[in-house]
Amino acid sequence: MSLAPVGTGHYLVLSAALLAIGCAGLLLRRNVIVILMSIELMLNAVNINLVAFSGHWRHVTGQVFAIFVITVAVAEAAVGLGILIALFRNRGTVLADEIDLLKW
Amino acid sequence: MPFMAVNDFFSILPAAVIALFGCALLLMRFEGGRVYPMFVVVGEVLAGVGLWRQADYVGLVGFQGSILVDRFGIFFNSVCLAAAVMAAIGAYRYLKGKDEDHPEFYALILFAQSGMYLMVSGTELMTVFIGLEITAISFYALTGFLRVEARSNEAALKYLLLGAFSSALLLYGFSVLYGLTGSTRYLTITSMLANRLPNDPLILLAIVPIVLGLLFKVAAAPLHMWAPDAYEGAPTPVTAYLATASKVAAFGLLMRLLLGPLHEFRPSWEAIVGVAAIASLTIGNVAAITQSSARRMLAYSSVGHAGYILLGLVAGNQAGIEAMLVYLLVYTLMTTGAFLVLAAMEREGVDDFRGMLYTHPGAAMLMIVFLVSLAGLPPTAGFMAKYTIFLALIEARQHWYAIVGALYVAVSLYYYFRMVREMTRTPEDGAVGVEMSTGWRAAVGTAAILTLGLGLNPEPVFAWARSALK
Repeated sequence: MSLAPVGTGHYLVLSAALLAIGCAGLLLRRNVIVILMSIELMLNAVNINLVAFSGHWRHVTGQVFAIFVITVAVAEAAVGLGILIALFRNRGTVLADEIDLLKW
Repeated sequence: MPFMAVNDFFSILPAAVIALFGCALLLMRFEGGRVYPMFVVVGEVLAGVGLWRQADYVGLVGFQGSILVDRFGIFFNSVCLAAAVMAAIGAYRYLKGKDEDHPEFYALILFAQSGMYLMVSGTELMTVFIGLEITAISFYALTGFLRVEARSNEAALKYLLLGAFSSALLLYGFSVLYGLTGSTRYLTITSMLANRLPNDPLILLAIVPIVLGLLFKVAAAPLHMWAPDAYEGAPTPVTAYLATASKVAAFGLLMRLLLGPLHEFRPSWEAIVGVAAIASLTIGNVAAITQSSARRMLAYSSVGHAGYILLGLVAGNQAGIEAMLVYLLVYTLMTTGAFLVLAAMEREGVDDFRGMLYTHPGAAMLMIVFLVSLAGLPPTAGFMAKYTIFLALIEARQHWYAIVGALYVAVSLYYYFRMVREMTRTPEDGAVGVEMSTGWRAAVGTAAILTLGLGLNPEPVFAWARSALK
């Protein structure tokens, strides 16, 4: 018994699912660290897309793009955690619904 | 190929100069801190000369089609450059007052600007994405620059979470676009998309995330939620910079994409842009009415202004696109000016303007010029900008959009003139202090003179905008 080969379409479904999970996590979770993880999940959905298309077109552009995305994601997470540490020092919380000084 | 390398270098020359000056700032440490903004101005002047020289080499392509030197890019980069100079000059006293006058602040302003260069001059998806992220990450750090203030931290965190989310969305659209065409260059994308139908559902999968992600960046409703918080919590000179330059650069990127590779697919994005324009006008102008913080009020008003600029894209004709450029330039002048007046004040409530016309007539007069221009009354540049947008809409037979836009001008008069009225009331004890440095006077004074002057004689701006679109 053999399974059907994995094609570009399968990767696209996987990436769409990851994007949806990331979106849901961003909207539903209250811990900021988990929200940051959700954003990483969304960026990884993009990476899967890029690498799958790279295989589909048989050139490396997409893979290079994915490496750039990974680099940028790291920079963003670093700045994000830095800001979160500064906030934690001042407020003592990382829960999104308790960070509410700015409101109308 | 050494000749290629010269071309490549010349195509990013202004951004390279700015980034190098930023790196040099990181190594500096001077008592007093007055050197940093001066150093920024020197860098910006050199970058400006670079931009000016580029005008003779229009059409030059760098890095195998990743960067294009054209008048469109030069126009947008000049506007961003003006905003950066004003923010840096206006920041000096402000940061000194907060005891945070570190060179990193000015370095981040320059780094953000080099990212904006890549955003508006890039003609390749990877390049513009990197540019967008350089800009965004610099702004996250700038927004949270006042480390000990919880409001600044909170604003930075909210901006970062929503900004990263919108970047991810935009990137997803980019990846689909790459998948459909097999290329990341605008030119190849355009030719690969040429044989697709305008309403191809697969294209929609790319267009919707891209347009939504960019509407986020220009702070158009209903994707504006980050803007009032980020504008209110950030150091005020950063707000001036964030509200103008980052919006201008995002509009540059949006226009390059929608009027370039995605132009044939107008039916797919027209509705989104139209809805966002009307929503921005409504939410921006209505929410601004009830604000008690002047900064938050201006933040909502800037959401409204994004709506007016988007109306130019709704019109979509030559006049509409031209009007967008004019509006972006005028918007940058008046909004940076208004926020810098706030940066010079001790407190920033609408009530704190009370009696300012008597206690600080100079600053009050400047603020009135900016407010009248923001409201769109003659004889200021703000009037010309709005007028050309409406004219373009009528020319494109989009009468309803023009009527709605004109109605919201009336609404905006109320909240802008609430501040003017406060200024004319008799001053109370404990009136707000205003601290103005020489550089601040020069920068804000120039912005006010241009705001008035371009209202009286708008022809130079129109000529420049027209040449930018050739």
